[in-house]
Amino acid sequence: MHLTAFRFGKPYESLERNKLVHFMTGEPVAEVSQVGGAIVNRDLRKAENARKAILKISPEEIVERLQTAGNLYALGTVEVGGVKQSPDDFARQQSATTGLPENLCLANMKKNLFVLSNMDRMLDALSRGLPPEVFWRGYGTEHRDVVVSYQAQSPVLGLVLPSNSPGVHTLWLPVVALGIGLLLKPGGQEPWTPYRMAAAMIEAGIPEEAIGLYPGATDVGAAILASCGRSMIFGSAKTVEQYRGNPAVQVHGPGFSKILLGDDCVDDWADYIDIMADSIAANSGRGCINCSAIYASRHTHEIADALAEKLGVEEVRAPDDPEATLAAFTVPGAAKAIWEQIDGLLDKPGVRHATAPYGSRFVEGERCGWLRPTIVECDSPDPEIARAEYMFPFCNVVKCPQEKILDRIGPTLVATAITNDPHFQRELIDASHIDRLNIGPLPTIKLDWLQPHEGNIIDFLYRSRALQMTETSAVVSTATAVPAQSGT
Amino acid sequence: MPADTTEKTPVFDVADEQSIARSKEKLDAHTAEIIAWHFHPSTGSPFWLEYAKTLSFDPLQEVNCFDDLKKFPAFEDEWLRGGPVTRWIPKGFAGQPAYVFETGGTTGTPKSRVNLRDFRTDYEEFSETLPEEYFPKGANWLMLGPSGPRRLRLSIEHLAQHRGGICFCIDLDPRWVIKLIQKGWMEHLEAYKDHCIDQAITVLESGHDIRCMFTTPKLLESLAIALEKKGTTIREAGITGIFSGGTEFTPQWTRFAVEELLDGAFMTPTYGNTLMGLAASRPVVPEDGYTIAYYSPQPRAVIEVVDFDDTNSVVPYGGTGRVKLTTLTKETFVPGFLERDEGERELPYAKYPWDGISGVRPFSKLATATTVGVY
Repeated sequence: MHLTAFRFGKPYESLERNKLVHFMTGEPVAEVSQVGGAIVNRDLRKAENARKAILKISPEEIVERLQTAGNLYALGTVEVGGVKQSPDDFARQQSATTGLPENLCLANMKKNLFVLSNMDRMLDALSRGLPPEVFWRGYGTEHRDVVVSYQAQSPVLGLVLPSNSPGVHTLWLPVVALGIGLLLKPGGQEPWTPYRMAAAMIEAGIPEEAIGLYPGATDVGAAILASCGRSMIFGSAKTVEQYRGNPAVQVHGPGFSKILLGDDCVDDWADYIDIMADSIAANSGRGCINCSAIYASRHTHEIADALAEKLGVEEVRAPDDPEATLAAFTVPGAAKAIWEQIDGLLDKPGVRHATAPYGSRFVEGERCGWLRPTIVECDSPDPEIARAEYMFPFCNVVKCPQEKILDRIGPTLVATAITNDPHFQRELIDASHIDRLNIGPLPTIKLDWLQPHEGNIIDFLYRSRALQMTETSAVVSTATAVPAQSGT
Repeated sequence: MPADTTEKTPVFDVADEQSIARSKEKLDAHTAEIIAWHFHPSTGSPFWLEYAKTLSFDPLQEVNCFDDLKKFPAFEDEWLRGGPVTRWIPKGFAGQPAYVFETGGTTGTPKSRVNLRDFRTDYEEFSETLPEEYFPKGANWLMLGPSGPRRLRLSIEHLAQHRGGICFCIDLDPRWVIKLIQKGWMEHLEAYKDHCIDQAITVLESGHDIRCMFTTPKLLESLAIALEKKGTTIREAGITGIFSGGTEFTPQWTRFAVEELLDGAFMTPTYGNTLMGLAASRPVVPEDGYTIAYYSPQPRAVIEVVDFDDTNSVVPYGGTGRVKLTTLTKETFVPGFLERDEGERELPYAKYPWDGISGVRPFSKLATATTVGVY
């Protein structure tokens, strides 16, 4: 199977190809054409065509086609790399190159299907009920009879996608429905979702000129980030820091998601162990929404032990085992290096490795490695490991007085706060370093797709601005346009 | 024909055995001449005369052909750092005007090579490989590449002058570019690149009748795309011939440049550095999969593709190995310098009847610590 680059409707076979092999057997799985950043820069000169192609179709029709695409993607057989690919083929291939168990690959497909199936509701929620044609025409009248204008900030959204977290793809699925094209740099080991989704979208009638697939080395990502009017990148804390303050780049890094137990509920901690365990271990702990720390003022020893007992026994299983929960680290030496780093932090004062009684956490394979769920108890937020996040089920249980929790947790993508204390709830709502807030016993991994995730994508892709037209200027709904006045 | 040839039938004109043998004889004779110069007390450089005292053999007696150079211990590149650089100037050239050219140097003391006339000789010889159709004599040049204490800047200017033209230059400090990348200051990197490209376009649009250019692949991309945004092309801007160099010169990049950037302008890839001079390439054509194979300017410099562990053994043709460079000029003698690059050993080409190298890229064991493709 050869996955060619796709230059907004034109397949492009590169002379350079990346060979993808099975993470356990080393058997070839696919070849992926590799292009350079200059091709991206050159094609971006005509990026307007991507948006124009979408705008030729009504927004309602685009949403319907995306729903069809969702069904094709999740349930149908589509042609990818010149080969017919069923959902099971997809899961096998994705698992083979990413190390994620096949059952988790299939579960991620369902998430993507859910988002595409509910695209109309999502857009309605994210746009706060704006008529979708506002994004097509650039202006329109909202339900309060007020003229609004939304100006596209880029004809395409560039995406530098990761290899290790197939769950992130839900973030870019609404983009075409907002009248914006897609320029995707697939992850080196995970080209599968972008390629299958693109094939499903095109088969469902999304214009092929609206989608670009540019697999390649880091210079492709650099070109996307430098040249797209709007782009997203998924990376480390360093990457986050690098693009902080750049309005053209939305960067998704480690989530440092947490569960915070209020003093009023902490004595009932045992009632929430399942929620905690799910938050830590779902999707093999690879997501930014997986819980990496639990904060409580007391019972941290018992909580850590209970989680260790529940998760510490998880064993490595074959990727096609329906019971498999742990993803492999497919880069040789990576799992070992991560474990050595963790191990070096475990013998510090105030730190206890709660999963130690359940056997070695590091499991070495012939060509890869695994890390079994690891629970660490910290007697305060001070130890370095208390702020750590890793790409496997790893969680710190941190002892911290409730009044200091918000000062100590640091940036938090998802916080689940289990408390009925109105004062604490108020502080949590006001805490600007928490992005998504769940109040009550909700797993951190449970996302309401009708609410924004790390910022509203509409606010990222569009600028809400004033647009006034005189009555003679025609096309605006003049009945509602307010006459222009001087001054403010 | 050498015995250990690659399985694939070459699509280029492979050198015949007589030509290969002749070039080998010439190299052996040249090696003996260079050794005699560098190790004779009246003409040799202070560095090599002093070094000879530490050797267990007498180079003047025991180095009579190229293979005899293996008797020298490995050349340590650290020797090229710091001063006094005059220790490298052969006594036979004492008192002559000298240049010092630097390489690397992002942090710490850069490596340097003293030059008297070598850079001129290297580029005059390279000039003979340039097709007149695309690099017409008398044409003016644009040097869009690294300037400062680098040999390239003066060399390109000399090449232009040697061919009867004038060279227009821009400033480019690659050490600052590397720092921008290492700091993650990508906006500054883009701004600096734009600053260089803006200057280049200004020169090209100023009626200087520039037809030839040296540039790097990254800058060529940027220039071509900037010109396209202005509704023109490299060819329409007057450029007919480009020579370019860098390890990011891959077959795919070359194909992309030929198909989409150059608009019919001719481009010849080169591989060079301060120590070697300039290795020309055999014609880069689609039938050969856009393979870029370089041939060193023998006998003045020799490239060998050697085994990663046994650096005195060349790999079979088509095999992968590390670049080992030997410089053999009267100004500079450097035996067996292990470069930070690797590649595949190529069969001798009719025009250059000695070993070549293709697929040049940063040495994989060092690549993680190397910032490449920066300007």
